[in-house]
Amino acid sequence: MVTASPHRPDGRPAPARQATLGESLRRNGVSRRGFLKFCAATASMMALPPSMAPAIAAALESARRPSVIWLSFQECTGCTESLTRSFSPTVENLILDTISLDYHHTLQAAAGDAAEHAREAAMHANAGEYLVVVDGSLPGPGANPGYSTIAGISNYDMLMETVADAAAVIAVGSCAAFGGLPKASPNPSGAVAVQDLVKDKPVINVSGCPPLPMVITGVLAQYLTFGKLPELDQYNRPLAFFGQSIHDRCYRRPFYDKGLFAETFDDEGAKKGWCLYRLGCKGPMTYNACATMKWNGGTSWPVEAGAPCLGCSEPDFWDAGGFYDALSVPPGNSGDMLLAAGAAGVAVGAGVGLLARSQAKGAAKQHQTVTAEELEQKL
Amino acid sequence: MTAVEFLMLTKGPLFQAALAVFALGVLVRLVEILALGRAHNYAAPRGSAALGGLRTMYKRFEPDPGTFKAAPFDVVVGMVWHIGFIVALLLFIPHVELIKSTFGIAWPALPNPVVDAITAITILGLLAALVHRLAHPVKRFLSTPEDYLIWGVTFLVMITGYLAYHRLINPYPLALGIHILAAEIFLVVLPFTKLTHMFTAFVARYYNGATFGRKGVQS
Repeated sequence: MVTASPHRPDGRPAPARQATLGESLRRNGVSRRGFLKFCAATASMMALPPSMAPAIAAALESARRPSVIWLSFQECTGCTESLTRSFSPTVENLILDTISLDYHHTLQAAAGDAAEHAREAAMHANAGEYLVVVDGSLPGPGANPGYSTIAGISNYDMLMETVADAAAVIAVGSCAAFGGLPKASPNPSGAVAVQDLVKDKPVINVSGCPPLPMVITGVLAQYLTFGKLPELDQYNRPLAFFGQSIHDRCYRRPFYDKGLFAETFDDEGAKKGWCLYRLGCKGPMTYNACATMKWNGGTSWPVEAGAPCLGCSEPDFWDAGGFYDALSVPPGNSGDMLLAAGAAGVAVGAGVGLLARSQAKGAAKQHQTVTAEELEQKL
Repeated sequence: MTAVEFLMLTKGPLFQAALAVFALGVLVRLVEILALGRAHNYAAPRGSAALGGLRTMYKRFEPDPGTFKAAPFDVVVGMVWHIGFIVALLLFIPHVELIKSTFGIAWPALPNPVVDAITAITILGLLAALVHRLAHPVKRFLSTPEDYLIWGVTFLVMITGYLAYHRLINPYPLALGIHILAAEIFLVVLPFTKLTHMFTAFVARYYNGATFGRKGVQS
């Protein structure tokens, strides 16, 4: 076990010697076997070969508790609920207990100035090494900062100040990742996502409303194991979890392929567990791990419970049409527009037709006849 | 622009615009034809014009034996891909849902694998039709740029739909957006090209049939 040196190369005092993850897990009663099982599951989840499991175990065991500052902005606390309540003690839960969550204004005991001091102290002691987790969107630099403040500090100022010395930022939940509900049309608070503001640090988006807890712990585990961030997709989401669509991994997929659909929530099809496409399932366009990892410790997930996927891990899903309209249905009402365009078409068509008719009549009227004798005379 | 933004653009404003151009254009052309009217026929009718017209509207679906003998490829392949196109358009479940939401009417649909097979046949039929058009000297001579344009927009709709259904373009919102965009191009091009035959073919058939029906002869 490496012991922390009293001073860092730059002269700043090192943080006090802290227990490693391995020590902490053992103290919390997690068996070696349970821990290795978690490492193997993490390896397979991240699409790594099984031979990586011991490497993950070794890295996690010797990892120091990383300092994590959790900023909650325009959010509903659902992400925190998802993370803290969905498991009764499991290895994942203990992993989270074992990170040093230095600031989280929902979970921490301190309040007011003391809470803000904890954040500043953590930033100072772990400069350049701490992780910032953000849940919730925040009013953009052009918006009224008064829409959301903490301790009198605007969300924007707090984010920029906290991120300045961070190693990386993890945007947890669709609000932090993409703006989410606050950014939904008409976006009264001028909400933006973390990645719209943080350009000079790696930003990992763990989207979902809320995201799967295992995805958050998986990203943290990967960071602790390899010291680097996971491979990301076009929305900066970890590919290991967001690489496949709900539709491709859905256990109801065979019914889609056979053309068997529930048409209402209580018809025969619904009772037989047929595909929910016609009830608005956004599974075909949604990339998340719900279908494989499920919720509440692998108990079930929305589609298994008979509810169509809302597409909550995709950007702007609030504005992507009705939750219970099929994916092929356009948002909004095109009926009035269609009527107006049709009426205009009828009017223009009738106008052009009648004009042609009157021109033909006029031509017939002006038509001059000539007799053979008249033609003879002209010759 | 992200894939989802692209999908929402094609599903939202672009779809509305394409639908408006389609409805306006088709109705202008149809109403113009109907508003032209016809000179009054003073001869005593020997049969029913309406019956003759309706009969011919249906009768023209049956291939004429002479034409079949002269150009069997055109009759068979033409019929196959036309039927395939209409089945894919009107009897695929996502399309039925779209029509229900836009026009408020719905009908039963076919299972996905059936539509999938028909789509594949239609795509092959369209390709065969293009090859034949290029290889046949008379057909090639008669073909105008417009013929290739409408082949292109039709083929594009079919192939992008096939790719989207089989999820061969990633991410899926991009695949679906491309297919919807192809359908919108089809809708916009339709009123201004030969594609209006979708509607005018029936007007022409009725007119022919009604003329002969009035005279009491077959058409």
